[in-house]
Amino acid sequence: MNIDSIKNGYVIDHIKPGMALEIYRILDLGRLDCHLAIIKNAVSGKMGKKDIIKIDEMIELDLNVLGYIDPGITVNVVKNGEIVDKRHLELPEKITNVIKCKNPRCITSCEQELDHVFKLTDRENRVYRCIYCESKAK
Amino acid sequence: MRHLIDILDFTTDEIDALLDRADDIIANPEKYQEVCKHKKLATLFFEPSTRTRLSFESAMLSLGGSVLGFSEAKSSSASKGESVSDTIQVVSAYSDIIAMRHPKEGAPLVASFRSGVPIINAGDGGHFHPTQTLTDLLTIRREKGRLDNLTVGFCGDLKFGRTVHSLISALSRYTGIKIVLISPDELKLPTYMKTDVLDKNNMSYRETTDLVEAMKELDILYMTRVQQERFFNEADYIRLKDSYILTAKKMESAKEDMCILHPLPRVNEISVEIDDDPRACYFKQVACGKFVRMALIMKLLEVEA
Repeated sequence: MNIDSIKNGYVIDHIKPGMALEIYRILDLGRLDCHLAIIKNAVSGKMGKKDIIKIDEMIELDLNVLGYIDPGITVNVVKNGEIVDKRHLELPEKITNVIKCKNPRCITSCEQELDHVFKLTDRENRVYRCIYCESKAK
Repeated sequence: MRHLIDILDFTTDEIDALLDRADDIIANPEKYQEVCKHKKLATLFFEPSTRTRLSFESAMLSLGGSVLGFSEAKSSSASKGESVSDTIQVVSAYSDIIAMRHPKEGAPLVASFRSGVPIINAGDGGHFHPTQTLTDLLTIRREKGRLDNLTVGFCGDLKFGRTVHSLISALSRYTGIKIVLISPDELKLPTYMKTDVLDKNNMSYRETTDLVEAMKELDILYMTRVQQERFFNEADYIRLKDSYILTAKKMESAKEDMCILHPLPRVNEISVEIDDDPRACYFKQVACGKFVRMALIMKLLEVEA
């Protein structure tokens, strides 16, 4: 399989196998016009198998969202065909409009325009809670 | 500008200062009777709670201020579909401080994001009720002279009782607190309260289903109502309900200086024969609620006597 190298953009690497399409959906990558490759089940020395997403455009990439989905992901920034930066992610302190609060008693259940904001309350156990009602993210 | 959404928004030093101020208001009410002259408190009660609303209004009137507001959602623009943010931006143009109760959890936090004046959470669904907790703390400190080194029993509905959860969270910041959780299995304190609050703060606690057995060690007994609708079947409710009714007989083994608290309203969980017992502090607690709200309004409005 031959996939062109990208010139200016990102290689989102070390994605857990099977998660690439989920990331594609959450980052709304379908809106892009540029070359974009999703590689599933690539061979990885470290992980056995991994997914990779290549984006040939310098878009605004929400690293918080990626960090929330999987802090093990690496983001390589490519300029003029060279990797110029390698970003290791971590769990973000706060995520906005990535997950929805499902508590029917929460104010977000009746006020549609409110952002759904979750805060990291326990890094060790990866617990996020709604800032409004404190319900645990599921 | 400060708001009070969650009791943990204030440090223990700030809470101590508030309680000191409340004590001084009780001792010298005349000193405070005009400190909020020309200031207006808006009480926005999107769900009815006459008791809490009257407490806030009485507090503001006792400080020389005035009050405006509504007591149920249908008499506000919320019934026309207005958002909390919009209502708050309108009302903050008419008032200097807002006390707000709302059936949805987090509504006062949303209000605080857009308000031009301080917001006090007067209860958001089953979530927070920080001024009840301030009331409880003031009552405990006035009755026992301290907020540390106390054995506090919580009895009844510990699963859904937000006043119980808030008071346990507030007490978790003081040293030497022992908690005794007295409830039927169906209404035990939720696991997250045990892991996130009790265990996290290394608080000493134990659980029991027997009020009489626990009674003798308590400095404070915080009663709550066991509601029939919390049970899956009527038989369980009938079997258990009397176990959690406080009677003179059950008080026999209590310490002579134990203090009984209850957030009120009571239905039958404290027998009226207890009302004359000097250890019954729940009506004193109501009065404390007004004084601590006076202290809170002064703090948030940044006015001094």
